[in-house]
Amino acid sequence: MIKDMFRLFFENKKALSGLIILICFIFVAVAAPLVAPYGPKQNEMDGKSFPLMDSPSPRHILGTTHAGYDIFSRLIHGTQLTLGVGLTTGIITTFVSLLVGLFSGYMKGPIDDGISFITNVFLVIPSLPLIIVIASYVPMRGVIPIIFVLSITGWAWGARVVRAQVLSIGEREFIKVSEVLGERPIVIVFREILPNIISLVMATFFTSTIAAIIGEATLEFIGLGNVAAVTWGTMLFWAQNNGALLFGAWWWFLPPGVCIGLLGTSFALMNFAIDEISNPKIRKR
Amino acid sequence: MSILVNRIQGADAESIDAIRAAFGIDTNKSIVTQYFEYLHNFIKGDLGVSLTNFPTKVWDVLAQALPWTIGLMGLATLFSFMLGTMMGIFVAWRRDTKLSHTILGLFLFIRSFPYFWLGLILVYFFAFQNTIFPLGGAYSIRYSKADGWDYILSILYHGLLPGLTITISSMGYWMLMIRNNMINVLAEDYILVAKAKGLPLNRIKTYYAAKNAILPSVSGFAMALGFIIGGSIVTEIVFSYPGIGFMLFQAVQQQDYPLLQAIFLFIAIGVLIANFLSDIMIMILDPRVRDGSK
Amino acid sequence: MESLVLKITDLEAGYVTKGGDFKAVDRVSFNLKKGEFLGIAGESGCGKSTLAYAILNLLEDNGKIFSGSIHFKEKDLVQLSEKELTQIRWRDISMVFQSAMNALNPVLTIEDQLVDVILAHHKKLAPKKAVERAAEMLELVDITADRLKAYPHQLSGGMKQRVMIAMALMLEPEIIIMDEPTTALDVVVQRTIIEKIADLRNIFNFSVIFITHDLSLLVEISDTLAIMYSGEIIEYGPADQVYSAPIHPYTKGLMDSFPPLTGELIEFGGIAGKPPDFLKLPSGCRFHPRCSKKMPICVSTVPDFEEIKTDHSASCFLSKPGSNQPTTDLK
Repeated sequence: MIKDMFRLFFENKKALSGLIILICFIFVAVAAPLVAPYGPKQNEMDGKSFPLMDSPSPRHILGTTHAGYDIFSRLIHGTQLTLGVGLTTGIITTFVSLLVGLFSGYMKGPIDDGISFITNVFLVIPSLPLIIVIASYVPMRGVIPIIFVLSITGWAWGARVVRAQVLSIGEREFIKVSEVLGERPIVIVFREILPNIISLVMATFFTSTIAAIIGEATLEFIGLGNVAAVTWGTMLFWAQNNGALLFGAWWWFLPPGVCIGLLGTSFALMNFAIDEISNPKIRKR
Repeated sequence: MSILVNRIQGADAESIDAIRAAFGIDTNKSIVTQYFEYLHNFIKGDLGVSLTNFPTKVWDVLAQALPWTIGLMGLATLFSFMLGTMMGIFVAWRRDTKLSHTILGLFLFIRSFPYFWLGLILVYFFAFQNTIFPLGGAYSIRYSKADGWDYILSILYHGLLPGLTITISSMGYWMLMIRNNMINVLAEDYILVAKAKGLPLNRIKTYYAAKNAILPSVSGFAMALGFIIGGSIVTEIVFSYPGIGFMLFQAVQQQDYPLLQAIFLFIAIGVLIANFLSDIMIMILDPRVRDGSK
Repeated sequence: MESLVLKITDLEAGYVTKGGDFKAVDRVSFNLKKGEFLGIAGESGCGKSTLAYAILNLLEDNGKIFSGSIHFKEKDLVQLSEKELTQIRWRDISMVFQSAMNALNPVLTIEDQLVDVILAHHKKLAPKKAVERAAEMLELVDITADRLKAYPHQLSGGMKQRVMIAMALMLEPEIIIMDEPTTALDVVVQRTIIEKIADLRNIFNFSVIFITHDLSLLVEISDTLAIMYSGEIIEYGPADQVYSAPIHPYTKGLMDSFPPLTGELIEFGGIAGKPPDFLKLPSGCRFHPRCSKKMPICVSTVPDFEEIKTDHSASCFLSKPGSNQPTTDLK
């Protein structure tokens, strides 16, 4: 069944296009030093300084920042961290959601009540204010705190969805059969229930990752990330802080945003495809 | 005091506990007695004095900022819900047309962008390049309440871009929600029966399909209203809009604890009210819920 | 001579799939007279529901009518536009669906759902009159008028199905198609519903196409019986004849599958095997792999659907004179 799903996935046009876009970004991230014309913090070459706040030119396709860094190179190098943080957070969040949801949904009873309560607490708080407050109270600034903060606030939604699905699957007969046969709960959860919610897990992963990427960019934009790090979000921060908008320097604030959008779209496409595959009613006729 | 407690009691008990716990997490003074003291003061209208805006009272700071946020976010959320839902119904009803595929794709794309960035783009094109709209602020300083109609127009003028940003970026969410639901509903037997009855398509679309599909959307909308207070932060930053989000950000940066606490209190209240509203809406719209509390 | 209300000729309908066109209804023809009760019986998957939906052109998604004609009062329903069909639907031909569980809109009252169909077809009618009519119809199915303001979830399964019947009668159509209307109900309620249908027929004299897999229901109440197998009608005739003297082995097998409540214990028959896969239809007669009386000709040639006795037709080589000679091709 899982093999079928993967086959359906790759046959789906939306999934394929999303995947291709993602692979391009991953490639750029991995091969950044080779692909980028300059280093991310390089402001001179062969003894000559780069112009500051320069508009696009043959040497600097997307112009330069206030410190003379090449924007295009920063964009490419920034892919690494942005993608890395996004994916890491997405994976952590999905993992936690999955565990919590599985455990809570299968165990039911007081354990479920307790876990659900905690989940609800996290769900009910609007995430952005919470993220901002936590992020500003954490002494470190940087990539790890961002991953930490986003994961803490992001797992609740997925956990609730997984739990709901586990509850409904748990009522199905083949689970009861396993129980009667005396299988241990852990085995039931991982061997019987998990394969049936794979598409849900993947959908959760894609949603969480998009949210992580946007959340990361948002935090960095308001200055709560490590402003010295090179990510698309911090690029936007610097652009805003140096009046790129007022200066009309579209080449500075446009590209990072577009990249975020493209990356997000790739995940959204794959997510959409999963929806279509798992829900036959939505599938194109 | 008892009136307030009763009103809170009326809402979902789960949420109350959740809020209480959450509130406890964020507050600096999490001792129970101080907590109740604070509530007591709250009733009296005394939220303490803001550290940054000393000696302005916190209540005054909030009272000034609240209307802007509620106005901007409230209207924007309302519009995005209405427009998004209408489009979602259309997209689901005419599933196989090119138009609906295009709309779907378009909004999928728009939703992938950080909404503050969308705000930046809008500002760039409409405020900077073409000066059609102002760059920021809630209204032009030239006017004040005394100027009546001019004042109001100025507010609308300044609110359009931030409002548009929020509306466009959230529309996709509502659209997708009701589209998925409509598709599930359209597969139900009673839709086929309606067609067999020879009912006009419009009636089937609204009273049979949409009326059933919209239930979770409405409750979602009520919940979204609760998030108004917290959700506007970045938009207000980008547009320098003096709402609660802006205040929150400043408070965080300047470690203005009393203000921070108060804002979170309001957020908590907002979410509670929203939860409550959401339950009421479902009761009104879904006859099945009205009868059984199983 | 009673007039014909429905004439179906060589109807082919089914579903378009990646593996090919699935003809759930494969060249089905029959006529329906005014006031006639036609029972269509067959196993699950034999195409009877598809047939029911095809008549009103309600096949959706990948379902479609491939060819053939459905004549209702001079008009061929297959050729009509959606607009014309909307007028005919319910007004002339209505339907009682299989599971009333989901056939009623959960967010509208019973009254709304009964009334909207009248108002859709008689736009000038005063709403009050429509409500009165709805109340009348409910009374006819033994539901008190105070239930008009109720919502579907407040009614029992049997009541819901009776509401569906009342709804089907609202415009006093010529034909009511009933697709397994009692399958989801318990036996006692089934009986009441069947008797109610018989009573209503006496009042309104509508024709019925009653589709089921449960032959025992049909036998008493039908005028005519049609037996479907793998998309084809393999036997057709007056109900009592088909019941007492079935021609096709499949029909015989079906009749034997229902033990009588009274009488002596007899050997309980059944029909071995399963219906054929549409992608790999058997050659010749489609039933031959499961037939205990199979002959060589059954494997090689498709039997014609012919009248064997008066008004009683079947498609089986067994019934033809001289069919016991194994080698002759009788076509």
